[in-house]
Amino acid sequence: MESRTTQLAVGLFVIIGVLALLFLGLQAANTSAVSSGDTYRIYAKFDNIGGLKERSPVKVGGVVVGRVTRITLDGEYYEPLVEMTISATYDEFSETSSVSILTSGLLGEQYLGLNPGFIDDTVEMLKDGDYIYDTKSALVLEDLIGQFLFSQGSD
Amino acid sequence: MIDAIARLGKAVLDSIAGAGAALLMLLRALIGKPQLRKSFPLLMQQMYSVGVLSLVIIIVSGLFIGMVLGLQGYTILVDFGAEQSLGPMVALSLLRELGPVVTALLFAGRAGSALTAEIGLMKATEQLSSLEMMAVDPLRRIISPRFWAGFYSMPILAIIFSAVGIYGGYLVGVRWLGVDEGAFWSVMQSQVEWHQDILNGIIKSIVFAFVVTWIALHKGYNCVPTSVGISRATTSTVVTASLAVLGLDFILTALMFG
Repeated sequence: MESRTTQLAVGLFVIIGVLALLFLGLQAANTSAVSSGDTYRIYAKFDNIGGLKERSPVKVGGVVVGRVTRITLDGEYYEPLVEMTISATYDEFSETSSVSILTSGLLGEQYLGLNPGFIDDTVEMLKDGDYIYDTKSALVLEDLIGQFLFSQGSD
Repeated sequence: MIDAIARLGKAVLDSIAGAGAALLMLLRALIGKPQLRKSFPLLMQQMYSVGVLSLVIIIVSGLFIGMVLGLQGYTILVDFGAEQSLGPMVALSLLRELGPVVTALLFAGRAGSALTAEIGLMKATEQLSSLEMMAVDPLRRIISPRFWAGFYSMPILAIIFSAVGIYGGYLVGVRWLGVDEGAFWSVMQSQVEWHQDILNGIIKSIVFAFVVTWIALHKGYNCVPTSVGISRATTSTVVTASLAVLGLDFILTALMFG
């Protein structure tokens, strides 16, 4: 068996490769992606989504609970419709919840902030395919400046 | 004038004939009844000389490239107070671009040239003809295991390169320059996607493995069987393979991330 060392070396080579792949998968990439595991989808309509993109995170109090999976224009008036996929671990959001488009930091990425609503006997929990009606659109800098100038002018 | 047109025509015809010969060689080497029992030890032998022996240069250059990325990225990012983004910067540039591309370039220089020279010398010393005399198909016996060895080795090498490079970036960024360790990994994890970044990088390196090994084998198999011819073929392997890798990388990047 003169090729014994060769076989051993090649075996080690492959093992190192697999270990490196594991390192990349577990340490460098997000394995806790919400797309794995059970999820459900919720929809929300906005006037303006600003810089929100597909795959933007959906956060509750800063904790990522889901991702934006689709952004389309919907209905007669072409309102932006955002589809978000939420992990089924968090399935106790009431229909009085609200979503707003927020920015992480001054220049950061935009994300969806989900604020859980109150719960009493008359409200129901959000299920797959439900809509959230209480939405707050993204702040657009040009609009803000326009409003500011307008209010200055009226003084 | 007419001569110039004729030379152009000859160049075009030659390159088409070369591409056809390369394709035929590959097809004849790969298509056929697989003989696992006979070809497995040959494959192991080639995996050793092509893959395992390239390991050192891949690990060392991966470590240094990761460390340089960490250092350069830090000096730029710290101006914006964004040194926490060092992790994703190092990881994404390694996984998407540098890992597959630099591995392919090093592989072309380290293993591709060796393959060409080896096969070229076999041809020059009539070893390939002797095999044929003994009714052993040199394409199956010589070319095919070398092709598969390169094809399997390079993606593994690219993965190792990226992993070592990220560790190098971690060493410089966190251990030396004092970026927060938790932020380094967690921001990296939130930015790097398994499918989008890691898998696409691996697909890239598989394509590069195919192209580089193919070019190296073709140049060796079809070289002019003299010492000058072998030296030309070896140079041509490195040049052609490097250019092909860089050109293909642009196309693949445009398709994957464009």
